[in-house]
Amino acid sequence: MKVVYEKCLHCGCCVGSCKQNAIYLNDYILEFNDACNRCRRCIKICPVGALSLEE
Amino acid sequence: MQTYECDIVIVGAGPAGSVAAKYAAEGGLDVVLLEKRAEIGAPLRCAEGISKKWLSEIGMEPDPKWISAEMDGAIIVSPSGHTFKLDESQAGNEVGYVLERHLFDKALAEQASKAGAKIWLRTAATGVIKEDGLVTGVYANRMGEKIAIRADCVVGADGFESQVGRWAGIDTTLDLTDMCSCLQYRMVNIDVEPNYCEFVLGSAAPGGGYVWIFPKGKGIANVGIGVQGSKCKSGADAKYYLDKFINEDPRLNKGAVLEIVGGAVSTCPGLEETVTDNVVLVGDAARLIDPITGGGICHAARSGMYAGKVLTECAKKGDFSKEALSTYEKMWRDKMEDKLWRNWMAKEKFAALSDEVLDDLVLAIKESDISEVNVYNLLKVIKEKYPDLVAEFEDMI
Ligand SMILES: Cc1cc2nc3c(=O)[nH]c(=O)nc-3n(C[C@H](O)[C@H](O)[C@H](O)COP(=O)(O)OP(=O)(O)OC[C@H]3O[C@@H](n4cnc5c(N)ncnc54)[C@H](O)[C@@H]3O)c2cc1C
Ligand code: SF4
Ligand code: SF4
Repeated sequence: MKVVYEKCLHCGCCVGSCKQNAIYLNDYILEFNDACNRCRRCIKICPVGALSLEE
Repeated sequence: MQTYECDIVIVGAGPAGSVAAKYAAEGGLDVVLLEKRAEIGAPLRCAEGISKKWLSEIGMEPDPKWISAEMDGAIIVSPSGHTFKLDESQAGNEVGYVLERHLFDKALAEQASKAGAKIWLRTAATGVIKEDGLVTGVYANRMGEKIAIRADCVVGADGFESQVGRWAGIDTTLDLTDMCSCLQYRMVNIDVEPNYCEFVLGSAAPGGGYVWIFPKGKGIANVGIGVQGSKCKSGADAKYYLDKFINEDPRLNKGAVLEIVGGAVSTCPGLEETVTDNVVLVGDAARLIDPITGGGICHAARSGMYAGKVLTECAKKGDFSKEALSTYEKMWRDKMEDKLWRNWMAKEKFAALSDEVLDDLVLAIKESDISEVNVYNLLKVIKEKYPDLVAEFEDMI
């Protein structure tokens, strides 16, 4: 996952949306674990478009 | 690793966690309340609107310190601009105050502290401790130090993120249709009614969401939007729709933004399971939010109170099993579940309505003589005009 921290509001929207529990909001940093199945839910739900999949 | 012991460890010091901490501590329990942020109540993730009547239920007296503005009523705006204004006598339960939420949350935490709960800021739970398959506490990071906190019971009050429940094996995941992606601006130098909360319906906020304008004094308001998850296509949809709305509204488009708030609300009727052995979920973590209004502060505080009381009883018997804790689940279901279900079904229907039908409905409501406007009475009027819309949950009206 790629996070554009210049946009991110640390709102946790993506964390709660992830069915795999693959995201953790550590202070102001998002940590992603291996459970991610690239479903893109977090990307869609982010209110400011701070997330994208790494190629 | 440093290990601490207590009776109850509560993860998250929002309204749900603080009120649970207060009631459990008042019951004589040794309570530790963890909050990962550096300040309780900040940054803001809320539009700050609440109704008045439940405050006394959780033992809070209205205090000008955390009330930003008192509302006289609400304005509902249809997609093509028909407005329907309700004053306080009609708006009944659904309007009341616009808060200074960061101070309100601190006031609740202060009460928890007064009752004897310990509050640890900058302490993020990172997982649950499991022994023989049973949850016996949480691991946390306290100001950079990894610690373990052992407790008889863990309370998940960690809001929309709701990870404590998942770590403990409770499914807290949501369908995209049961969540809204939200964005809000604190705007100044705008021209809105200072004592009316405004709700704009229709395709301005796709999927049964709405745009809200909650005033916080003259020329100042929280202007925000909730867009249903399945309508979010590519990221930044909430921002796109909110910016579009503000640009097109002459009352708003000359104003300035002083704060940007992101967040999400669940719009489901509550989780199927909110307790398991040694674990209780409260507030947003249990998905206790009104699916129509998106209001969750009162659900959070009340469910926190129920949990605190039930934990006190469980401690007397030394039994925090799922069965013992189910008293809590029964309590919130008795008080909230019918309304959550009814409003969830209504939300499912409204999300599918065209702007034309919404216009029609707002006009019908405007012309009706509802004495007290609440979701229940609105559904009754809608039933007269569009019986099909409410047919499936008619018996709940
Ligand atoms: C944009 C927006 C507008 C809203 N407007 C309204 C409104 O006008 N009226 C209304 O009634 N409701 C509103 N809501 C809903 C309302 O904000 C929530 O229902 C309410 O805050 C729920 O309280 P809570 O205590 O359950 O969770 P929260 O208030 O979210 O508190 C959870 C706390 O847990 C902490 N936390 C999370 N994970 C961890 C961890 N691992 N370790 C330690 N701490 C952790 C968080 O930092 C947070 O402080 C709105 C929500 C949003 C997103
Ligand atoms: S949803 Fe977007 S803005 Fe919010 S924490 Fe995730 S990446 Fe940041
Ligand atoms: S892409 Fe899907 S699985 Fe991966 S982090 Fe985002 S929501 Fe979770």
